[in-house]
Amino acid sequence: MSVFTIILIVFVAFLAGMEGVLDQWQFHQPLVACTLIGLVSGHLEAGIILGGTLQMMALGWANVGAAVAPDAALASVASAILMVLALNSNADQGQAISTAIAVAVPLSVAGLFLTMIVRTIAIPIVHIMDGAAARADYTALDVWSIIAICLQGIRIAIPAAALCFIPSDAVMGALNMMPAWLNEGMTIGGGMVAAVGYAMVINMMATKEVWPFFALGFCLAAISQLTLIALGVIGISLALIYLGLKEVAKSGAGAAGSGDPLGDILDDYE
Amino acid sequence: MADKITLSKSDRLAVWFRHQYLQGSWNYERMQNGGWCFSMIPAIKKLYPNKEDQIAALKRHMEFYNTHPYVSSPVIGVTLALEEDRANGAPVEDAAIQGVKVGMMGPLAGVGDPVFWFTLRPLLGALGASLAMGGSIMGPILFFVLWNVIRLAFEWYTQEFGYQLGTSITKDLSGGLMGKITEGASILGMFVIGGLVERWVSIKFTPIVSTVTQSDGAYIDWDAIAETAGSGAQGVAEAIKSALSSYSSLGATGLSVDKVTTLQANLDQLIPGLAAVAVTLLCCWLLKKKVSPIAIIIGMFAVGILGHLAGIL
Repeated sequence: MSVFTIILIVFVAFLAGMEGVLDQWQFHQPLVACTLIGLVSGHLEAGIILGGTLQMMALGWANVGAAVAPDAALASVASAILMVLALNSNADQGQAISTAIAVAVPLSVAGLFLTMIVRTIAIPIVHIMDGAAARADYTALDVWSIIAICLQGIRIAIPAAALCFIPSDAVMGALNMMPAWLNEGMTIGGGMVAAVGYAMVINMMATKEVWPFFALGFCLAAISQLTLIALGVIGISLALIYLGLKEVAKSGAGAAGSGDPLGDILDDYE
Repeated sequence: MADKITLSKSDRLAVWFRHQYLQGSWNYERMQNGGWCFSMIPAIKKLYPNKEDQIAALKRHMEFYNTHPYVSSPVIGVTLALEEDRANGAPVEDAAIQGVKVGMMGPLAGVGDPVFWFTLRPLLGALGASLAMGGSIMGPILFFVLWNVIRLAFEWYTQEFGYQLGTSITKDLSGGLMGKITEGASILGMFVIGGLVERWVSIKFTPIVSTVTQSDGAYIDWDAIAETAGSGAQGVAEAIKSALSSYSSLGATGLSVDKVTTLQANLDQLIPGLAAVAVTLLCCWLLKKKVSPIAIIIGMFAVGILGHLAGIL
């Protein structure tokens, strides 16, 4: 890889690392990060395909409350770099992508530990900011905020830079050494990992009242003609209908003269 | 009160811009406090000419704060309105400001997580990813543009909404509107997650339950087709046509004499994705038992590798 390519890759990694905690522009999502790395390294199409495939796995990864989810930033950046290295040593595109996918999930767990470390380092930083606040020192407040966010960027940029300097032959050698059963087994495990993210949210939202909606969503999803957009529309409609009916039920039970003339007659007929 | 200090639109835009860095100094002690204070700086500078007041304001915005980064926008809008009242001499206590922040962050996080992380992002993500898996650049572009347009608009308009409502929003909070939004978001979230579990948690059992030799006519007679194909170019076309027409009527099981049924096929006939929902509910239960998510993920890999070696998965 040329020096210029490496600089661009490290820049993309830096953006992804920042977004891994900010969660605003979504540069850390595989769909965006892998595409950008593919773009700057000249393997755009492979990057897009890898990004799309990883995105499907990462759909349920999200930071909920103080719990931190598997880290999409390191998973997408590092596996995209490995794919580029494999492609540069003339590997077949399909094979390069599938091995990149197999290493993505272990990488996401590694990235999770890195972000936990940075989130701990941020504790002394906010204490410094406390001091700055007590002096109304705006420059220091801004500078330390920027340092904190840059640390999150560096968290991904350093591993990315290190990966760039690994000779492609070594990557290929390591990939070829990885036995097929390990590779396939990890892919199978990766297919289940999404469940952890979903389970976290379910535990957060679930009440007796909303479980039936989970069952409905599950059963309707088996109809493959329904796209996710369609499922979203059905979900919104169900929520509106349910809340509307609940409102009616509440007001109907409370007041007489409920706008139901027949009901009123029946009620009074005693 | 001739010179009432108000926040201009450009001040509010500055807060909106900085508010995107809410999670920048996310830490395990007070979580989003640093980013929150960072966001408030333009407003504090404008509202309090006196340095002592500025220091007091900065300190009270370094307190614990944590919510979903997008639905934090209406909270910061309300806080701006409160600080503005205070700067103009209204008796707004520190406790009132802190109370509004803490009172709003919990319920709003309950709206933001299901709506943004578990409905909108999977929807747009899956839309973009399905285009991208075919190699189309439109996939990532569509995802990136749609997401950010929605996000920036949401953050600006809800911040303005909060700013205009000011303290009256707290009445809404207790008046049940918030409760309804939270409930609606939970319903939507549970519904979509039910769908996502079925579609994207993949687990396949490979053991073969039965192998049945099918009767004549239930499978494609490849010998006969090879014979037709042997009789010149016309014959090849004929053979392809007959193979395709049998395939369309018989389906995938017509491809070979033996009909192989895997355990997965049996389970799919019961309810497709039954194993996926079982895994998900198991995770729910383990998480409730305080098993760490990392341990569960590592366990899943172990199960995947061992199960594959044993020929079950």
